[in-house]
Amino acid sequence: MSGTEFETKPVRSAQRDRQLLSVIGYISLSVLAALCILPFILILSSSLSEESTIVTKGYQFFPSAFSFEPYKILFQYPEQIIRAYSVTLAVTAIGTALGLFLTAMTAYCLSRRDFKWRNQFSFFFFFTTLFSGGLVPWYLLVVNYLHMKDTILALILPLLLNVFYIIVMKSFMSNIPEAIVESAKIDGAGDFLIFLRLILPLSKPALATIGLFLALGYWNDWYNALLFVSDEKLMPLQYYLYKMLGNMDGMRKAMMGSGAVVTNVLPTEGLKMAMTVVASGPILVAYPFIQKYFVKGLTIGAVKG
Amino acid sequence: MKRNGFINDLIKYRAILLMLTPAVLFFLLFAYVPMAGIIIAFKHYDYAGGIFGSAWNGLDNFRFFFESGDAWRITRNTALYNIAFIVVNNVLQIFTAILLFEVGGKWFRKITQSILFLPYFISWVVVGAIAYNLLNFDIGTVNSILRGIGMEPIDIYNTPAYWPYILTIVSAWKMLGYGTVMYLAAITSIDTEMYEAAEIDGANVFQRILKVTIPNLYPTVIILVLLAVGNIFRGDFGMFYNMIGNNGVLFSSTDVIDTFVFRSLITSNDIGMSAAAGVFQSVLGFTAIMLVNYSVRRYDKDRALF
Repeated sequence: MSGTEFETKPVRSAQRDRQLLSVIGYISLSVLAALCILPFILILSSSLSEESTIVTKGYQFFPSAFSFEPYKILFQYPEQIIRAYSVTLAVTAIGTALGLFLTAMTAYCLSRRDFKWRNQFSFFFFFTTLFSGGLVPWYLLVVNYLHMKDTILALILPLLLNVFYIIVMKSFMSNIPEAIVESAKIDGAGDFLIFLRLILPLSKPALATIGLFLALGYWNDWYNALLFVSDEKLMPLQYYLYKMLGNMDGMRKAMMGSGAVVTNVLPTEGLKMAMTVVASGPILVAYPFIQKYFVKGLTIGAVKG
Repeated sequence: MKRNGFINDLIKYRAILLMLTPAVLFFLLFAYVPMAGIIIAFKHYDYAGGIFGSAWNGLDNFRFFFESGDAWRITRNTALYNIAFIVVNNVLQIFTAILLFEVGGKWFRKITQSILFLPYFISWVVVGAIAYNLLNFDIGTVNSILRGIGMEPIDIYNTPAYWPYILTIVSAWKMLGYGTVMYLAAITSIDTEMYEAAEIDGANVFQRILKVTIPNLYPTVIILVLLAVGNIFRGDFGMFYNMIGNNGVLFSSTDVIDTFVFRSLITSNDIGMSAAAGVFQSVLGFTAIMLVNYSVRRYDKDRALF
């Protein structure tokens, strides 16, 4: 008798522990998830609120009076937004395509075990992550020597190559069997052809991940615009939003410049939130579909170092 | 003989060397040339002379930077913020990863992970907009709630004391999903036999987490934390600039090296001192990384950076 009691007791208490952990887990994770998503709901709801209720009651989680007014005004004369979108799309497309190709090509060279100087070149790239000249010389170089201020190059080049992405790509390519390269060489293929025809197709998972990281970086970039862009025609989306948040007067002027009739009763606070929705919308819509590639990519990096 | 070998190698690897050329030129131009540009920290910059033509002024820029009293404040802020971020972020990420691993069905886990990862994907500008929405004195949600329950609203954007907490929460919020994915990967790779052994030994779930899961995470934790310590003197400019901007009232508790360098360069156009502060940061950062790498090497040679 005492034997069976001795055996069932730990089992029952083990079950109780499991249940306790489940309760703690479900509650904590739900709270954290809510904290992560509520700000977005708040922004959306604020952008759909009557300006008068925002001014009297503040931003709210559920608009007490619905209004599409901010969006109407935003899209009444949409030239500026369309232009900002075009700049961002162009920069993201060109930068991601070119950056991805160069990252892969560089990574391939460094992954070739028979390349005598691969360690020296790896160090040449890696050292730039350890030490830098700081903001000032870099800024002066771009502005005073390369004369890239107010050019689209200033938005593309600074983010084009990233040593961390080269390293992740290299460790992925190092796992491609060398025999593939060897047999292609015997068939007389040159190094570039091997890279283009064999290595690139085999690296699709890594290309997808690094490509998405690059695209996200370009899409969310406002820093290079803050440093190098003063021409309104070249403002990317995030920088346009930044300008608008800080400076409603500037916004008013920009809209007047585009022919909008702007009165003093512009729904300023609602507009800020509507513009935030417009600037982050595409990312949030694409997010559920692309998220898994990021997770995969991080895991490659975490395991391989 | 030797020279011949070198030329032969050049010929042998010509295609690879050609393929490396764009990246080599890129980093020469955008990383190594600016390193040489460090000399402007020792010069009195004038636009006509440029980086190379301006007159030397020895250590005047550094003297000015250190005597202004800003140097200590921004270095302390940068380091303390990063320490707070490292501790809070990693503890929260490990906690979340363990719970995600232990609890819930496939769907709950997937959806939760997706939601936690969401803040990582938006720009710091959007985070700035969210902060404005929440913290604004007149119409911010936090103050609406405070007024709603009959409390006095708080003037957050004019009170430096709140910001270390706010910025730590914002950092934790934005990086939670990213770190959780990293730690979840590490937990998933733990040998399941160890769990089974613990169960046979009569350990309950909590004991199993404490005695098996967490010890097995130590290598990952140490590497991630040490890497972060190596960057302890690099402030996240995007975060500080979009949360604080040029709001001088808050600088005492929120100014970091990166925002200081940016303002000195763009707003006050003090190129010499700004460059000196940048060099100071680079040297500190380099030292930190070297120390960290040395510690990692002692801990586990294979995981050292170099």
